[in-house]
Amino acid sequence: MDKLTAEEIYYTMVLGRKFEYAAKEHYMTGEISGFLHLDIGQEALSVAAMKAFDHGDVFTTYREHIMAIARGIEPKAVMAELFGKKTGVSEGRGGSMHLFDPTHFFYGGDAIVGGHLPNAVGCAYARKFQESEHGVMAVFGDGATNGGAFFESLNISSAWKLPILFLCENNRYAIGTEITRVAPFLEQAKKAEPYMPTMEVDGNDAVAVYEAVKEAQAYIQKSHGPIFIEAFTYRWEGHSMSDPGTYRSPEEMEIWKRRDPIARMQALLKERYGMSEAQIEALDQKAQAAVDEAVEYASKSPEPVVAELFEHVFVEEVAHD
Amino acid sequence: MIEMLYREALNRAIDECMAADPNVVMLGEDVGLYGGSYRVSEGLVSKYGEKRLIDTPIAELSIVGNAVGMAIGGLRPIAEIMTANFSLLAFDQIINHMSKYRYMSAGKITLPMVVRFPQGVSKQLAAQHSESYEQMLSAVPGIRVFAAGDVNYAYHALKKAILMDDPVVFIEHELLYNKKGEVDLDAEVDPFKARIVKEGKDLTIVSYLKMVDDVIAAVPEIEKQTGKSCEVIDLQSLNPIDTETLKASIEKTGRLVVVEEDHKMGGYGAQVVSWAAESLFYALDAAPLRIAGENVPIPYNRKLELASIPTPDKIVAKIIEWGANNGL
Ligand SMILES: Cc1ncc(C[n+]2csc(CCOP(=O)(O)OP(=O)(O)O)c2C)c(N)n1
Ligand SMILES: [Mg+2]
Repeated sequence: MDKLTAEEIYYTMVLGRKFEYAAKEHYMTGEISGFLHLDIGQEALSVAAMKAFDHGDVFTTYREHIMAIARGIEPKAVMAELFGKKTGVSEGRGGSMHLFDPTHFFYGGDAIVGGHLPNAVGCAYARKFQESEHGVMAVFGDGATNGGAFFESLNISSAWKLPILFLCENNRYAIGTEITRVAPFLEQAKKAEPYMPTMEVDGNDAVAVYEAVKEAQAYIQKSHGPIFIEAFTYRWEGHSMSDPGTYRSPEEMEIWKRRDPIARMQALLKERYGMSEAQIEALDQKAQAAVDEAVEYASKSPEPVVAELFEHVFVEEVAHD
Repeated sequence: MIEMLYREALNRAIDECMAADPNVVMLGEDVGLYGGSYRVSEGLVSKYGEKRLIDTPIAELSIVGNAVGMAIGGLRPIAEIMTANFSLLAFDQIINHMSKYRYMSAGKITLPMVVRFPQGVSKQLAAQHSESYEQMLSAVPGIRVFAAGDVNYAYHALKKAILMDDPVVFIEHELLYNKKGEVDLDAEVDPFKARIVKEGKDLTIVSYLKMVDDVIAAVPEIEKQTGKSCEVIDLQSLNPIDTETLKASIEKTGRLVVVEEDHKMGGYGAQVVSWAAESLFYALDAAPLRIAGENVPIPYNRKLELASIPTPDKIVAKIIEWGANNGL
């Protein structure tokens, strides 16, 4: 990884974490509502995967603010969506869980667990059909690997040799259920082994994630068919803002906080790339400024008006009663 | 009479049934150690163990499908769907399996099971977490459909549903879990009966689930502005419908309004109105009125969200407007 990429990844991770803490703060004040799922602790995975996968479409879940930003969507458009504003990515219709931007090939927020996997497979079919350079990356949690849509997607994409990367974000928990209580093993990549090559990476190591996704992208571009990466990580916060999170021990949380992906990336910038404390501090400040700007923009933006309620239901409006 | 929350009433009903019958089991996502995402099964796993409070993976088709198999095998399962939208993954099991096994087997198979079903517009949960499916469920022969809008009914009807030998979908509204109410533990409650929430003589307003509370909130203003009195009925049982209670009320008032939260197109209220038009045409002094949600996916923004469903203010305005042309 070159220095510029490393710096860019570090900056986006810091921006992402600050963004999430700001979202949390504004949830407390009531400016953000509904379900808010924070990605704190998982920034390496979310950012490095997006930065590495630069030739294709991304389908992901409701825990997607940082991915959207890393994909190139403006932080202020994401924050405005969380605030339910007209200037948000989805014009206030979608909220935190539904951030879509086809200009960035980002189909961000599907909140039906596993439900976006067949969509990702279909898009991969379209890309192969078009003989495109693009493949598809489908991101999903450990919790999605126990449902029918997951197994159907493994089978179809493998049978049809589709250019799709399955990226499993294994943070061990689906809300309060630890994966090993409802699956026979911790490593969900085992489920994909009969169908496609699989890789395991440390999801808190941005460089490892970046390299694995790059390799996978090259693989699917050569029309070999699908590939599977499992990245192990951990969310520091509850499942959503309404989760007290009492099912995880303080010891376990402590262990994972010590594996902080941002601290690790920072150390790397210093050791491998010779960056100074001051240079890093400058990046942190720039990230803070971007988040402050996003919040300011979101809070000052107008809300959608009720007269627009029916806009965007159909392409073509037909008079009806 | 004991005061409790709606979710506590449901919890107590399940608890009592589990204590009374070792074949009663409950399964679903996070129902065990976590205590349920709306805390309905809180504390039950420590009483009855993980063998009877079964944490499942995220696999709705299997949750309902396994429950059907458990019932065939002699258990009495209660399957919890975390939110109605996820039940769509289980609709094959609900419709092709649960609702039909008894009939297809000439009554040789009995499925004593309940599917608990939290639904509706909560607060800014957006399009994939806000829907209502009573219309689809009620359209399927072979399923009993109960809708608990009241704490006392929630307790009694869920108990009866668990004891019943036919499959029941038990619909709960997500905004009601923290609603307080009085439960009369010794009352004899017929789960198939509608409840007259408020008596009146000029207008019958029929509703169910959370909309009953919105109707009750709207009634004083309607009565003030019209000088007429409203009778409010909570349907409770959606399939079958308690037509006896409805008939007596409509014959008395001559006017019918149905209020539902769901999208108006194909909504459940259409069934109530069509039944009234067919059976009570000459008892009606005015064309019935349906107040329902708009035909739009539920938006996240709070103003848009409220614009997409009935609210007490809108109920007042629509009834006043309609009443002006209908002699109210
Ligand atoms: C089909 C479906 N069932 C249940 C849910 C409720 N739900 C939302 S997120 C979640 C847990 C998902 O866990 P995982 O896939 O591991 O992702 P994570 O939240 O850990 O990022 C559940 C059960 C849902 N959204 N969709
Ligand atoms: Mg998870």
